[in-house]
Amino acid sequence: MAKHPTPLLDQLESGPWPSFVSDLKHAAEVRHKNPKGIELQIPEDVIDDLLGLLEMSYEDGTTHWKHGGIVGVFGYGGGVIGRYCDQPEKFPGVAHFHTVRVAQPSGLFYKAEYMEELCDLWDFRGSGMTNMHGSTGDIIWLGTTTPQLEEIFYELTHKHNQDLGGSGSNLRTPACCIGMSRCEFACMDAQHICHTFTNEYQDMLHRPQFPYKFKFKFDGCPNGCVASIARSDFSIIGTWKDDIKIDQAAVKAYVGGEIPPNAGAHAGRDWGKFDIQKEVIDLCPTKCMKYEGGKLTIETAECYRCMHCINVMPKALRVGDERGASILLGAKAPILDGAQMSSLLVPFIPCEDPYDEIKEVVELVWDWWMEEGKNRERLGETIKRLGFQKLLEVTNIKPMAQHVREPRTNPYIFWKEDEVPGGWSRDINEYRKLHQR
Amino acid sequence: MATIEFKGKTFEVDEDGFLQRFEDWNPDWVDYVKESEGIKELSEEHNKVIEFLQDYYKKNGIAPMVRILSKVTGFKLKHIYELFPSGPGKGACKMAGLPKPTGCV
Repeated sequence: MAKHPTPLLDQLESGPWPSFVSDLKHAAEVRHKNPKGIELQIPEDVIDDLLGLLEMSYEDGTTHWKHGGIVGVFGYGGGVIGRYCDQPEKFPGVAHFHTVRVAQPSGLFYKAEYMEELCDLWDFRGSGMTNMHGSTGDIIWLGTTTPQLEEIFYELTHKHNQDLGGSGSNLRTPACCIGMSRCEFACMDAQHICHTFTNEYQDMLHRPQFPYKFKFKFDGCPNGCVASIARSDFSIIGTWKDDIKIDQAAVKAYVGGEIPPNAGAHAGRDWGKFDIQKEVIDLCPTKCMKYEGGKLTIETAECYRCMHCINVMPKALRVGDERGASILLGAKAPILDGAQMSSLLVPFIPCEDPYDEIKEVVELVWDWWMEEGKNRERLGETIKRLGFQKLLEVTNIKPMAQHVREPRTNPYIFWKEDEVPGGWSRDINEYRKLHQR
Repeated sequence: MATIEFKGKTFEVDEDGFLQRFEDWNPDWVDYVKESEGIKELSEEHNKVIEFLQDYYKKNGIAPMVRILSKVTGFKLKHIYELFPSGPGKGACKMAGLPKPTGCV
């Protein structure tokens, strides 16, 4: 028997998609039956009360969580998102409902044993509800009480060798695509660099010291499977410098229809016979490809490495061997001054363990932003306010054509005083000798 | 909201144990909070941080950025965590009687 009637939520149990309502009801039942005899550390009916509170929000169309919440564990300034409901008498099970961010393994590969260990801990000291995963990447544990936080942290670190993720004005939990583990497009070991950077900058992650939040994301290639260009202040995207590798026999097999284009991604609909001219050559953004006499050629100097041809014919075309990454900076959501995607700062940088070249850029950017960034100003906004040129100066990078999509159209151009013969100190009387009033 | 009585004084606090009104602050508040913030004995350095936070708040109406706190007190962030294990926000600001930090925390 459910504790609260939930007629509106019940409607979300029909339909083919996995229903979060059915899952929660099932979890609530298991919690009541408690077959493992767990000594539950937070209210038994936490899930029932969550459903009740959510139903109430469905009825009145407004949230029932109070503003903010500051809780955590000693030594860290972030990692836990405090939350209290605004109907604690009616729904005591969610009076405290804090979220714990747990650092996830790069690429999100798990073993059942490890997941079970974590679930046992969370069933015991939390609600048993999770979010796999938060959009930044963390394993998210939804709902526990303040006294459990240190207990959870103790067990996480001592028994499971596992740390919290980030929150607050700090380095948030880095994330990456699955990289070389299962993708032939990966131009660098996205998982390894993600793991390395997470370990290297633990202090920045656990103890807020930035003007605002800062995120790293690592994409193995320009396809952007972790969306670093849109969702990280510091986006590292794999690429290559030399020729795309062409297997002419495989190209013929695509043309002959023996291999489906895009690895069969469009098999759900009849798009006709594969037409290499129409689907690859003519769609190339720089028109640097040719297919003549049964032979495919690519003018590498004109190639943007957009991935299209490789995506369409993965068995015939491969990324080059001289690999590295591009660094782009400044992506952010709209608040305050508008959404931004990251802008290209370093077109090509080596991306090999121990990643010293990239770390150097990271630390130069931080030195600058930590000093110049205003309170709650994202890196992208600091760049906008102080200028891309300032960013180039502090990172010791020479301006190049690749830094812009197009040159400026307005003529409000600043010059440095030492670039202008004579400087800025002028005597009006000298001018008057030649130009009368 | 809860009301706390300590050494004959009353303090109104929220769920996270932050003072509801900055004006209610007095030295007994620090004495009351310190244990829950993992502090045994208050030192000169603790007081220096608390006093600066209060001065800054009175002058500017907001808590200072971490960088400014470090610069003015001369304490590196590491040392601030040694003094206040929950950090400058949850630890020091709470003890100084400043309003609860807000935003995407």
